[in-house]
Amino acid sequence: MAAYNVIAMVQRPKVLLVDDDPDLLELYQEMLSRLPSQPEVRTASGGARAIALLESDSFALLLSDLNMPKMNGLEILSIVRRKFPQMRTAVMTAMIDPLFRTRAYAMGLDLYLEKPSTTQATQLFLDCIEALLGQESHDGFRGMQSKSLVDIVQLECLSQSSAILRISSGMREGRIWFENGEVFDAMTEGFGGEAAFRMILSWKTGNFEILPSEPNHPRAIFTSYQGLLLETAQALDEDLAAAQASSSPLQTLETKANEPSLMPGTSKVEEMSRHPGVEFVMAMDPSGQAPQCWAVENPQSLAIWTRQTFNAFSKLGQEMRVGQASHVLALGIQRHVALSGGPSAKLCVGFERSTTAAQIRETMNELTKQWES
Amino acid sequence: MGILTRKSGSLDRGIKAFPAGCFTVDRDGHLISSTLPQNFSSELAGQIARAVLGAFEGAHQAHLIFNEIQVTFLAMKLTARELRGGAIIFLAPARLGRANTGHDTSTI
Repeated sequence: MAAYNVIAMVQRPKVLLVDDDPDLLELYQEMLSRLPSQPEVRTASGGARAIALLESDSFALLLSDLNMPKMNGLEILSIVRRKFPQMRTAVMTAMIDPLFRTRAYAMGLDLYLEKPSTTQATQLFLDCIEALLGQESHDGFRGMQSKSLVDIVQLECLSQSSAILRISSGMREGRIWFENGEVFDAMTEGFGGEAAFRMILSWKTGNFEILPSEPNHPRAIFTSYQGLLLETAQALDEDLAAAQASSSPLQTLETKANEPSLMPGTSKVEEMSRHPGVEFVMAMDPSGQAPQCWAVENPQSLAIWTRQTFNAFSKLGQEMRVGQASHVLALGIQRHVALSGGPSAKLCVGFERSTTAAQIRETMNELTKQWES
Repeated sequence: MGILTRKSGSLDRGIKAFPAGCFTVDRDGHLISSTLPQNFSSELAGQIARAVLGAFEGAHQAHLIFNEIQVTFLAMKLTARELRGGAIIFLAPARLGRANTGHDTSTI
């Protein structure tokens, strides 16, 4: 039984829920948590926090509201498509607009859902999400799941096609020119010819589209497509074997044991954001440098408010002879924000609205110590 | 007795009791009602009101909506609740050893 529980915990998919309405966030979080796959549901009330969470953890599904201030669902979706092409995405909206739906699907969306208003619609909504979570993610290109680029190139060549294949995978983009079923040229990231072709074919996931041919494009590849594909397949096999050798279990364990507590490239504020209830973190250096932020929607105006509030209350403390203002806690309906001033920095931390004042004080004390260390 | 009075009188000039009580201000910072001691300077109450209303206003400009602000000083705790642009402000001396422990009556 214990072993079963461990397996169940390991296999729980992670879902990121994005909505600017805190009541709806809580409601959907509760509903989704009860799905048969028992997903671990995290929430974000805005685009900045959503992107920050996606960068710090891996999620199986992003479920976002469409109509939000600052960064709407389509903007989040376009960033997610480029940065995390393999992630499943769904939007939910109360606004039924065919134009929006078409745009969303064109961006590679998996599901466009209407916010449920009846019990039946709610059940249908939950069934759709459960089905999406149940789909296994395979390598492949959107529109041709489970097909590699090698298959797509073979199809183009066998059908004697004259066209340009535009491929995007994450932030990368490449083009392959076909003329009467022959590979004429390829280009990506400053490379051209066969080198670019091999680079493009090593991509595992992404999107592709067929563009009209350019008959006057100069030929840069003279090897037959069979020869090219054979060389590429050999190179990919060698890379795979090398990767498997380098990630042997023993070596992985050794690497993990030697890892420092702060991963390279992981900022201190990101580490601090892992405390329960924390929505965003901003640390301001007294030297006047730009504040370090994690998931902050509007860093400039927040920094101004933090400085002004601290200055005003510090001055007041001096006037009243009651000492420095050490902590400021602002409580709101959507979220709470706590400020604390240490010798080396001022911290401004956002908390989920369900966090109590006592929990916030405790977390702020830990965060201040963490920052000072 | 006369000596004692003279002694305590000289001490009183240096020691001030920390303020305790509450007062309400309108959106312009004008005092509406107060339970603070009579000797509490109205000018100081105005300064507190300006700091509190400025914090609420600044938060609004930063797209943050708050209905309560708690400020912990070394020797005092200030709690301000937003009242339709104005505020009700509570001042209480910090209890020794419990200043930052979160054992307060406020609810979220």
